[in-house]
Amino acid sequence: MNIIITIVVTALVVLYAGLFKATKALLPLTLAGLLVALGFCITSWNSNTIYYGMMQMNNFAIAFSSLLILGTAFIFLLTENYFAKDSENVAEYYTLILFALSGGVMMVSYTNMSMLFIGLEIMSVSSYILAGIRKNNFASNEASLKYFLMGAFSTGFLLFGITLIYGATGSFNLGVINEYLIGNYLTISPLFYPGLILMMIGMCFKVGAAPFHFWTPDVYEGSPSLITTFMSTIVKTAGFAAFIHLFAGTFAPLHDFWMPPLMVIVCLTLFIGNVTALFQKNFKRMLAYSSISHVGYLLFSLITLTSSSNNNVLLYTAAYTFASITAFAVLILVKQKTGGDDFNSFNGLGKRNPLAALALTIAMLSLAGIPLTGGFMGKYLMFLNVMNQYQIYLVAFAILNALVGFYYYLRVVVAMYFKEGSEVDLDTPVQYKVVLILSVVITVILGVYPSVILNLI
Amino acid sequence: MEQVLLLLIFLPLVAALITAFTGNAAKHVAMVFALASLAIAAAITCQFTPDASKQFVVNLPWIQSLGINFHAGIDGISLITVLLTNVLVPIIILASYRNDYKKPASFFALILFMQAGLLVVFTAMDAFLFYIGWEAALIPIYFICAIWGGKDRVRVNMKFFVYTIGGSLFMLLGIIYLYLQNPAHNFDIQAFYQLSLDPAQQGWIFWSFFIAFAIKMPVFPFHTWQPDTYTEAPAGGTMLLSGIMLKMGIYGVIRWLLPIVPAGVQDWGTTAIVLSIIGIVYASLIAFTQKDAKRLVAYSSIAHVGLISAGIFALNAQGMQGAMIQMLSHGINVVGLFFVLDIIFSRLKTNTISQLGGIAKVAPKLAIAFLIIVLGTVALPGTNGFIGEFLLLMGVYQFNIWAVVFAGLTIIFGAVYMLRMYQHIMLGETNDLTIGFEDIRGSETLVLVIICALIIVLGVYPKPILHLSEASVQQLLEQVNQKLTSVK
Repeated sequence: MNIIITIVVTALVVLYAGLFKATKALLPLTLAGLLVALGFCITSWNSNTIYYGMMQMNNFAIAFSSLLILGTAFIFLLTENYFAKDSENVAEYYTLILFALSGGVMMVSYTNMSMLFIGLEIMSVSSYILAGIRKNNFASNEASLKYFLMGAFSTGFLLFGITLIYGATGSFNLGVINEYLIGNYLTISPLFYPGLILMMIGMCFKVGAAPFHFWTPDVYEGSPSLITTFMSTIVKTAGFAAFIHLFAGTFAPLHDFWMPPLMVIVCLTLFIGNVTALFQKNFKRMLAYSSISHVGYLLFSLITLTSSSNNNVLLYTAAYTFASITAFAVLILVKQKTGGDDFNSFNGLGKRNPLAALALTIAMLSLAGIPLTGGFMGKYLMFLNVMNQYQIYLVAFAILNALVGFYYYLRVVVAMYFKEGSEVDLDTPVQYKVVLILSVVITVILGVYPSVILNLI
Repeated sequence: MEQVLLLLIFLPLVAALITAFTGNAAKHVAMVFALASLAIAAAITCQFTPDASKQFVVNLPWIQSLGINFHAGIDGISLITVLLTNVLVPIIILASYRNDYKKPASFFALILFMQAGLLVVFTAMDAFLFYIGWEAALIPIYFICAIWGGKDRVRVNMKFFVYTIGGSLFMLLGIIYLYLQNPAHNFDIQAFYQLSLDPAQQGWIFWSFFIAFAIKMPVFPFHTWQPDTYTEAPAGGTMLLSGIMLKMGIYGVIRWLLPIVPAGVQDWGTTAIVLSIIGIVYASLIAFTQKDAKRLVAYSSIAHVGLISAGIFALNAQGMQGAMIQMLSHGINVVGLFFVLDIIFSRLKTNTISQLGGIAKVAPKLAIAFLIIVLGTVALPGTNGFIGEFLLLMGVYQFNIWAVVFAGLTIIFGAVYMLRMYQHIMLGETNDLTIGFEDIRGSETLVLVIICALIIVLGVYPKPILHLSEASVQQLLEQVNQKLTSVK
């Protein structure tokens, strides 16, 4: 609870600091707040506090909260002057991200459906505004509207699902629902099944799994890049943690019922995400589609449901988050200088800015899943668990998809190193250097010594 | 003694990191480190007792919860490939002295990084470690070929990369499957050897591994990436690819494929031999028609590797021992051939055979060295190529007489197209292009002298090398046969 309070208080303080035009203090204040929140995460490790049956700060929740907070801190480090040119009220933007983060923390720690809903809404509503924060930009407005409409729609599904499940079980509490499922396994109310499916659809909307993914590319492309970073890493991680918490935990007794439709969703997600990413000319849009395919790999953990699933998801999301942050950081740098975010804009980056190019290369290798990077370990564990249940064809299918992934992730590497580009020098601000270096170090550590995470939860 | 192997593997890695920051002095720094690695390899060879045991074994826990250990060791088979790597890397670095590469620090750092990956592959006794090394060797060579390569390098190397990584992903599938079958839940090679899998399982695991290895070698019909990649790569890259990297595939078959799935090999080995032999004939025929000398050598390499692969799948001591010595010889010879062609290319900007001629008249030293290398390649008795091909053909003969008839074509065809190439490039009258050809000098002479010396020494007295691997090969075959009888 301390964690959420700290984040929210920081958000309010930052808002007031903005009111008094203390623009210079915003970033230090925010980072200090996040640091305190991270400190609370560390001190509450193993404490397993339950907050009035609504939230439970177990290690699962703390580990994911830490990842969310750390990722957000990295994103804040990238904000230097990013929004100054769009708006004078930069504080709004800091506050909104912090609010979204607090919603994210709720989503990873809820033990009650109502908290899931509240967390999800805090996060989503903040994200809708953030997507449209460039008030005079057409694409940004389009993204915001699309995100809002689709998001509201999916929230409707989710809420309807929750209602039906409440009708069946008489409770919002996950523990009670789980006991109901185990206790009345043969006499589960028929209301429960449509409720579960509706919730699944709602969650798939939120994490952007096919065929509920249509909003992602447009929203990701239209939003300001930094917001896209936030949405594709923090929002996705929180959404996924909520997803796995619900299905792998509470609904686990009905595994046989929801597994087949989920399997279809996984295959569709992998296939659509990868194949569409292949045809993109725009780097940002490619990342959007590739993020869909990563949801597919992540969903593997739900199909298999082993005791190590949580750790695997944590490893995968961590690897994905830091690689994505690197990718977007370089994208922002490149866009500021060349004005474009096509693959061509990266031409010759290897010469102009070796650090950024190297960082992006390692990030791409990680997203593609090359050994010695975190992304490989994540993928490997997903494959391992699916294989363990002898679903070899599914793994073979995933491997074919991974192969497609190599091709489009390498395209940007090809552009950076093997193509001649303009001779404009790219200077990297210090914060960017810090973020790039730290992300690369984390990516490599996760790949070389994943034991740091594997036995955590 | 454990430390020696760790040192051997990690020295190139550290060297790569240091070399990356040395700017224009990179080649000297890289050379010093490569020689240091060679010295360590030499020390290991001296300490090595040529029995079948694993020596210098390192076994450190790595990712314990997943049963992954840093488990490596050297036996006779590994030692040959380790020697090959550590001998060829300094030669390749020396051969690259004369090329004026842009960003030399990155170039040499990548070579050393690749060396580390290769050494992991050749010593790993943990399947996961093997896989990591397998991929870690691929990344640097991809960048070497794609950054410093020829005009069409981007497209060609993308094909190469996706091809090889596709193969290795299916190998990963096989490795995971074996891991899950292993009751001890680890990747230990000995545990994998002892698994009892039914023939159907062995069959598909055979293919999941074989495709990865066949792409690397390459065996027909998985070779389509090879000629383009060799031709477009910079000289150093071609030498790394043909000299060392393709041995990863051969080594993989010997170390992982045969002993783990012997029944799979029994069922599908004939198919593999047939593919290898088709490759020999097909590549030889295509080599005849090549106008570009580099492409010709690339195809001849497919033919030679085809013979090695056929010799291994014949599953007898001669074939296997032939493969061991031929890995070494082929590595040396093909590096020599590509180096000579690079010398010619760097002076005349062409490798097109018809445009060349009479170089022997103006460059007699090059002509002698080139001749020795060509003779080694066509397996003239007294050169290093002879003993290997002889043993390989003997091995294939024991398998099937018709197989050896076709496999033997490699020697006849090889002699014809190689000597014809030599004749067109070196002999005859000089033309306007070749009249001003400068003979070799400096580092070029040194590289060629070393290569020629190795060709002759190994050709005249191959016994020490054969002796190194003999016991290990014997044990491997016994193991395979034992397992086959126990399945029945």
